Order: sequence, then structure tokens, then C-alpha cells
Amino acid sequence: MNQAALAVTADANRQMLKKLVAAAVLMFGFGYALVPLYEKICEVTGVRYLFLPDQVTPQNTQVDYSRKISMEFDANVQRLAWTFKPAEASRDVHPGEVTQIVYEIRNTSDRTVTGQAVPSYGPSEATKYFKKIECFCFQQQTLGPHEVRRMPVVFVIDPALPKIVNTITLSYTFFEVVGAQKDRG
Amino acid sequence: MSAVIDSHGHAHDDHGGEDHGHPSGLMRWVSTTNHKDIGTLYLWFSFIMFLTGGVMALTIRAELWQPGIQIVQPEFFNQMTTYHGIIMVFGAIMPAFVGFANWQIPLMIGAPDMAFPRMNNWSFWLLPVAAILLVSSLAMGGAGVGWTMYAPLTTQAGPGMDLLIFAVHILGMSSIMGSINIVTTILNMRAPGMTLMKMPMFVWTWLITAYLLIAVMPVLAGAVTMTLTDRHFGTSFFNAAGGGDPVLYQHIFWFFGHPEVYIIAIPAFGVVSQVIPAFSRKPLFGYASMVYATSSIAILSFIVWAHHMYTTGMPVAGQLYFMYATMLIAVPTGVKVFNWVATMWKGSLSFETPMLFALGFLFLFTLGGFTGLVLSMTPVDVPLHDTYYVVAHFHYVMVAGALFSAMSGIYFWLPKWTGKMYDETLGKWHFWLSLIFFNVTFFVQHFLGLAGMPRRIPDYNPQFTEFNEISSIGAFGFGLSQLLFLYIVLKCIRSGEKAPQKPWDGADTLEWTHLPTPVPYHTFENPPTVK
Repeated sequence: MNQAALAVTADANRQMLKKLVAAAVLMFGFGYALVPLYEKICEVTGVRYLFLPDQVTPQNTQVDYSRKISMEFDANVQRLAWTFKPAEASRDVHPGEVTQIVYEIRNTSDRTVTGQAVPSYGPSEATKYFKKIECFCFQQQTLGPHEVRRMPVVFVIDPALPKIVNTITLSYTFFEVVGAQKDRG
Repeated sequence: MSAVIDSHGHAHDDHGGEDHGHPSGLMRWVSTTNHKDIGTLYLWFSFIMFLTGGVMALTIRAELWQPGIQIVQPEFFNQMTTYHGIIMVFGAIMPAFVGFANWQIPLMIGAPDMAFPRMNNWSFWLLPVAAILLVSSLAMGGAGVGWTMYAPLTTQAGPGMDLLIFAVHILGMSSIMGSINIVTTILNMRAPGMTLMKMPMFVWTWLITAYLLIAVMPVLAGAVTMTLTDRHFGTSFFNAAGGGDPVLYQHIFWFFGHPEVYIIAIPAFGVVSQVIPAFSRKPLFGYASMVYATSSIAILSFIVWAHHMYTTGMPVAGQLYFMYATMLIAVPTGVKVFNWVATMWKGSLSFETPMLFALGFLFLFTLGGFTGLVLSMTPVDVPLHDTYYVVAHFHYVMVAGALFSAMSGIYFWLPKWTGKMYDETLGKWHFWLSLIFFNVTFFVQHFLGLAGMPRRIPDYNPQFTEFNEISSIGAFGFGLSQLLFLYIVLKCIRSGEKAPQKPWDGADTLEWTHLPTPVPYHTFENPPTVK
């Protein structure tokens, strides 16, 4: 290949190099852009509803006195110097009945700590029939040194709950909020 | 402009051949910018990694010979599955095909070398660095997190995890640089007359693969960087307590991970698309449809990632979408398989070792494709998820697919590269031993998976013992057969018979028609004209 042709190719190659490097850098950014993108998708599609109050439609609030569901309450902390417990271990409720229960958290450390509770349900089939109207998990909780707080959960069980479910366990785990202090409002 | 001529002139002097002061010994390999040298380095590196990952696989199979814990502790067992996966994917198969790309692309399109020879040198020499990091990570307590490196396990693992993350970063950098080189070479440096639609299929497959790599390797780099900052710098990308979500990691990882599957498979398609026509003595059937099918596979690979995540609690609408989109990939793949079979139809077939491996690929890859179709169905996948059925499926496409294709390519081009013929009888032995032991190892794993044996667990229910014993026997047989391959290659290089100019009648690409055997150190300094 003669020198002039080589120079032309080398020049074109350099242009190409710039474009491809830019593409690679862009895709690295895209990886990070997926984070807010997924958050938005989950919000719009309602996939992630753990921290939002559930909509309770009027026809579902008819109380079904013929059934009794045993609710069990569970509380855990994950690497957090708090004690966290429900006021009662279990309660029998009727589907459609609006119920309030109380949990208590106590900061046993000498510093101010912020925590976030994450709920989970057992059996998992019950998840979509368990409607939280008010919950301390909708906000982060900040406790001063040795502060104690009693917090309500107001819920209703959808009467459409499958007949095979007689017991529902409501379990909360408190995590310490460190690093990025995201406010869930 | 003069600077451009100058730098190119220098590069030219640097690799002026042994006759004028080329560094010899080790420095020749460290400083080389010649695409053939670098191709050779890639291939040897990948073979060493293949043996390393193979020893890990045999450790796994030795432990699984019987139920209970015999040879290794569960933590170490999990590290073995992790490092086996990472080493085979990033250390063995990908560099092997990059090695083929380095050797063959300039020869097949009539270019004097790769577009950026110095960057080429760098992309190779990053690999041993990454390999050392990987091995030292094992020495630092390792990280038995699985090759997919799912959070939250990775955010809690020991210091070995950090080295693993850095190794992945470096492997990614190497791949991206290699891909930039390949794309630029193919688009800018083709000989006059070599239009895109006249390029050999192997070149096409690499053009597509290189684009895939540039698109998804940075996403993987992002995912492991997030893991790193979650571990040490207080971010909460995957940490539920800080508002993050571990499932997010899976979404980001598989956005890389699914195209990665095709990054491995597509160059394998390319090699087979050269070998089958050569031994059928017919041109490739449906060349244009091959190009379009390969491109559609590449594009579809971006929109099916969540079929790896059916059990994460996705809504049904999502499951349905990912199920149908996944099944759609079977269409272009079917076009390719049809074209390979149609190429052989009424051809004058002969069955030398490269053709045998290509046929082995065709048969077993298709089988692996079928089990993939089975797994694409959500209701079937849910019970089969993370069982040995999945292990069997991806080893059919990775080993009998990609690895057999690489073996086929080695036997096919070895005479051209070295100027010497390999021992045909031993080559056939290597093929048949590999084929039989491969199936002994992995076919029974389908049954184990259907019966519910989970993957990544060192112990199992005694009912699985017989099939596991069969699988372990197969694995050791397969491993030993690969030593025969090493012997065949060394024997060929040292004392092979002189290869004729064109040992394969049907081969018709530029390296066979325009270049002497063995190929000289510098080729196509004056580009050929392609009609």
C-alpha cells in the first residue's frame, strides 16, 4: 500500500476509534441510567408497592364474619441497635374488617439512627390481598438516643383471599439507612 | 497528516521481520504488534485458561462423584463453580475467538494488519494481568458467589471479591479495545472490491459480535462498579436498607449477560460457516439470509434478558413478553441451521477432523438450542430454574457449541498458520473421544435436573448418585481427551508433514487462494483486488 493511501486509512481509523470509544463510554453511562429507569418503571407499573398505601375500594370493605383469619406479627432488626416488637403476637381478624395494631421501636444506642422497615408476607399468596392503609414503613423512622416510639399499622384483608389461607404472617425488618439517604416521602 | 505517515512508518519498521533486527525470544512476544503473533498469543492464553478452568471443573465433578462432602469444603466448592464459569467464559472461549479474529480477519479481507496494532498488543497483554488477579483472588479467600456475581451475596463477600471485580474490569477493557480494533479493521481496511456483502461469513459474524461487545461490556463494568461502591463507598444500589434493590443487579447483569451468550455463539457460527462449505465443496447456502439472521439474533439478544429471571417475582405480563421474545430467537437460529444443512445437501462431502467438529457442533448445538426453547417457557422454567437441566443446556451450547467450533477452526487453519499438517488419525480420535465423553458428562445432567437436583450444591440426595457417577466419568474422560489435543498441536508444529498450498479442496477465501503456506509474517502489504 502506498504512503498516501496508508495515511488516509490511518486518519479514517482514528475517526472510527473516537466514535467507538464514545459508544463504549455512553454504554457505561447507560448501565447507570438503568437505575432510575427501573425505579420509574416499577413506580409506573406498580410492581413495587411495598412503601405505598394500598387503594381500598368500597365493595371490598364488606366484612365477612363467616371467616376468621389468624394474623401473626413478626419483627426483626438487621444490624441495628434497636429493639423492635409488636404489641401483640397475633390477633384473629375477619376479612374486610379495618384493624389497627401497634409496633414499638426503641433505640438502645447513644446516637441518632435512621431506619427503614421492609414488610414481607407469608404465605406469598396472601400478599396481594393484604392491604396496608397506614404503615410506619411508608416513611423512614429517625430515633434519637434511647428514644421509644409506638407506631400503628392499619390494614384490611381483602375478602377475596383464597379459602386455603387461614393464617397470614406479617413480618417487618428494620434496616439502618446509611450512605445515600434516600427519602421515600 | 505528516505525523500520521510518520507514526505509521515507525510502526512498520518495528515489525520489519526477523531479517532486520526484530526482537527475539520473550521480547518478541511482549512487544509484538503483528496480528498473527497476537492471534497466536490469544490462542495459547485461552488454551492455558481452558486447562485451568478444566481442572476446576474436575474438582467439582470429583466432589460430586458421591453424595456427602468428600474432597473439598462447600465454600471452596462454590468458589470452584464461580471461577470455573468466569475463567471459561472470559478467559478461554472469548479470547479463543478473538485469537481467530486476529489471525483471520486481516487475511480474509486482504488487510496488512489490524487497524491499531499497538492497541492490539495492549488488549492482549491485559489478559494475563486479569488472569493473575483472578488467581490471587482465589488465594485471598476467594468469592463463591457464582459467575453471575449476584447481589446481595457479592456485597457481603470477603476481600477476594474486590480482586474479582477488578479482574472483570480489566477483562472488559481488553474486550472493548479488541472489539474497537476489529470493527475499525473490517469497516476501513478491506481490499478494493471486497464489499460488505462479499466478506466471508466469519468476518461478518465478528463485525456483529464486536458491536455487541462494545454495547454490553461497559454495562457489565457498570454493574460490578456499583457492587464495588456498595461494598466500600456507602452507595446502596443493591442494598434494600438504603433504598436499593438486589433484583436491580440481575436486570443490569442480564442486560449484559444475554448478549454475552451470543458474543460467544456468533463467532462460533462464523467458523462453522467457513468449515462446512469447504468440506461440502459448495458455497455457503443462503449467504445473505445468514447475514440477516445473524444480525437479527444480535438485535433480539438485547430484549430477552429477563428470561433468566422468571423466578424473581415478575408480573405475568412481563413473563409472557420475555417468553415470546425468547422463542422468537429460535426463528433466525433455525434459518442458520437450515442453511448449514442445505450447504451440505448434495455436496461432495468429506469428513476430515475440522468437518467432524463442525458437524458435532451442528448436531449438539441444535440440541442445546432445543433445551433452551424448553427453558424459555415460564411454567417449565420455574421448576427447572437453577437445576442441572440448566447446567446441561448451557454446556451443550458452550462446550459442544462454542468449544467444538473453536476446535474445528484450529484444525482447519493450523496447516495454513504453521505450514504443517496435523495427524489426521489422532485428530479423529480427539473428535470421537470428545464427542462421546461430552455426552456422557452432560446428557445425564438433563435427567438430574428433571429429577430436581439443584446446581451449585456440593452435596446431593443419594438417589442422584448413579447419574452423577456417569457424569464424573465423562468429565474426566473429556478432560484427558483435551491433553491429546495439546499433543496433536505440538506434534503438528514440531514434526508435522509439510502442508500443501490448499489442503482443503473447497476452501475459497483469500488466505487459501492468494497466500503461500505457511502464511508469511507480513501479508497483503499490497492489497489484492477482489472481483
